[in-house]
Amino acid sequence: MAASMACQAALRGLRAASSKQLLGSRNQLARVSPRRWLNLQEYQSKKLMQDSGVTVQRFFVADTASEALEAAKRLKAKEIVLKAQILAGGRGKGVFDSGLKGGVHLTKDPAVVGELAGKMLGFSLTTKQTPKEGVKVKTVMVAEALDISRETYFAILMDRSCNGPVIVGSPQGGVDIEEVAATTPELIFKEVIDICEGVRDDQALRMAANLGFKGPLERQAADQIKRLYDLFLKVDATQVEVNPLGETPEGQVVCFDAKINFDDNAEFRQKAVFAMDDTAESDPLETEAARYDLKYIGLDGNIACFVNGAGLAMATCDIIDLHGGKPANFLDLGGGVKENQVYAAFKLLTADPKVEAILVNIFGGIVNCAIIANGITKACRELELKVPLVVRLEGTNVQEAKRILSESGLPITSATDLDDAAKKAVAAIGKN
Amino acid sequence: MSHSRLFARLLLQQAGVRHCYTGNRKNLYIDKNTKVICQGFTGKQGTFHSQQSLDYGSQLVGGVSPGKGGKTHLGLPVFNSVKEAKDGTGANATVIYVPPPFAAAAIIEAIDAEISLAVCITEGIPQQDMVRVKHKLLRQSKTRLVGPNCPGVINPGECKIGIMPGHIHKKGRIGIVSRSGTLTYEAVHQTTQVGLGQSLCVGIGGDPFNGTNFIDCLEVFLQDPKTEGIILIGEIGGDAEENAAEYLKQHNSGANAKPVVSFIAGLTAPPGRRMGHAGAIIAGGKGGAKEKIAALQSAGVVVSMSPAQLGSTMHKEFEKRKML
Repeated sequence: MAASMACQAALRGLRAASSKQLLGSRNQLARVSPRRWLNLQEYQSKKLMQDSGVTVQRFFVADTASEALEAAKRLKAKEIVLKAQILAGGRGKGVFDSGLKGGVHLTKDPAVVGELAGKMLGFSLTTKQTPKEGVKVKTVMVAEALDISRETYFAILMDRSCNGPVIVGSPQGGVDIEEVAATTPELIFKEVIDICEGVRDDQALRMAANLGFKGPLERQAADQIKRLYDLFLKVDATQVEVNPLGETPEGQVVCFDAKINFDDNAEFRQKAVFAMDDTAESDPLETEAARYDLKYIGLDGNIACFVNGAGLAMATCDIIDLHGGKPANFLDLGGGVKENQVYAAFKLLTADPKVEAILVNIFGGIVNCAIIANGITKACRELELKVPLVVRLEGTNVQEAKRILSESGLPITSATDLDDAAKKAVAAIGKN
Repeated sequence: MSHSRLFARLLLQQAGVRHCYTGNRKNLYIDKNTKVICQGFTGKQGTFHSQQSLDYGSQLVGGVSPGKGGKTHLGLPVFNSVKEAKDGTGANATVIYVPPPFAAAAIIEAIDAEISLAVCITEGIPQQDMVRVKHKLLRQSKTRLVGPNCPGVINPGECKIGIMPGHIHKKGRIGIVSRSGTLTYEAVHQTTQVGLGQSLCVGIGGDPFNGTNFIDCLEVFLQDPKTEGIILIGEIGGDAEENAAEYLKQHNSGANAKPVVSFIAGLTAPPGRRMGHAGAIIAGGKGGAKEKIAALQSAGVVVSMSPAQLGSTMHKEFEKRKML
């Protein structure tokens, strides 16, 4: 029972990164894929894979049309696939403001590669997953197009129920793995990996066989599986998803696409990976917050939240919603917060044009409430606060904090508990 | 080997492995006799919280700071290693304030020294490191780990291991287990205000791979005559709450069931985003708050939609059962 529950948990964990196959066996063209969160471009993920000996289509990257032309020539491939590099999915069906339709093109002629690249680079590509104005394309990938005779699905993730890594696969690749799990669960195969042992030969071969690789391909696939696992550990991934892990008519096992999710906690020892983070398509407020080590996530509403502790921060958003309001953000100040972070956080919240009220909810354990109070009063004065501010403080040094706020002369509404604070914040919006 | 036989063997292996470790849940119940050492003793966090601990009246007996063995800090002996500290003080618990790059090694050192309880406060330990720690942890039985990324454990008035503000606690009748530090403080504050107080509070932390889960604490609470009510605070990500619900169905039903009140954070959290805690993420459609709430409710848990009503809700439950 536990094992099958674990299996369900494992493969549902994959839905976030699954992609839809829209056209036959040529999956390079149309892909609906959700955003990756440590923001690596496709070519960066593929470079990481290449460096681990994982077989990917040969490719070059280019920043100019002439570079793209040269790359296409250098490839000496029977057929070339040209792919705009943006983080958002839906590239195949996207449109450039140059007029070019489609962010992914196949051609046998390097000259065409150069010509098309010229209509991609420096232009904005709009897809179903980009903002209306699209995303500026700075890089293209020029890769060898390979035929796929068969597609499988393969992933590696850290699974809580199994206390460690699991490898999951299905011979039904290229399609939504969630659907496979729902309709034909017997086609999902799983192996629990002992982190001290690694992937055993018998496990790799069994998975390869279950994925439908036969003869010499079985050993080749098993080898790819082991290399993907090595990569998974090497870059501190929480998940590596390959869809499809394909078989070519020439008898090669190739990873046609991969999504890698990275463990943020490992940033201190994955500097090279995190240096590749492209924040161009991210929320600028989130990027700014990260500079101050603030955990900030933008939401859709108009009541800004300023909270210490992730659980309390989530609960604050929940309770605003419960009382009919809409949170504008999630913000966890953390335990060891310093006064300049408080100031920076406040500045960030007030910079968001959607914000019509601010709710401060602090329960100080490590956090000293007086520090919060000083940071807030300073920020309010310097930023000339224009929106209503509701403050609820409790915990370490709360009396001093309350004194600082009341003597500041600032228009601050006090609240006794979280319910009271949320109600007042929602009411404050109404008054404007 | 056929799939069903493979899974059966897996199940047996996992059950065997868990039994070894689950036998020491009682180590969670610290009291005035618990002797605590601090790893990372001379660091900024270690120093600040050790002083707080001493002020509270916990039996802090020394600390570990490699290279500083033989010195004194806050009037207590400093040792080079956990083993030396344990041998030198008779400590049976350790609290770890070591930075993320070295914290997993500090936990393993505590396990190797066979100390009964290790509480790791550190936030930010790489998941892979914790997977390796867990591998070792689950295959032994001497050491119980709580955390990482947790506020700690407190038996009000007797022993405080961690960073929670001592002054909001009051000795009493409610056992609290939580994945969130500050939400625990809310529950403590409220239960103190309604006069119920707390018997034991365990912060299990916000990481996906940790040493103690809800079930570990529920077993202790259900078997403790001093714990008359239980507050369980969960959040999005993983299936710990669902597993807890299943456990409660089996072990806390019928006439003698203890009242359980719960709050689950993250009903409004967007999927795919890590909400502060490494373990608070709705991935692949699984781990959402709605499902957790439903599972707990089906186990007879009273789930409060507001984190500000935990104390009042528990008070009502006590009233209903004429326990006041």
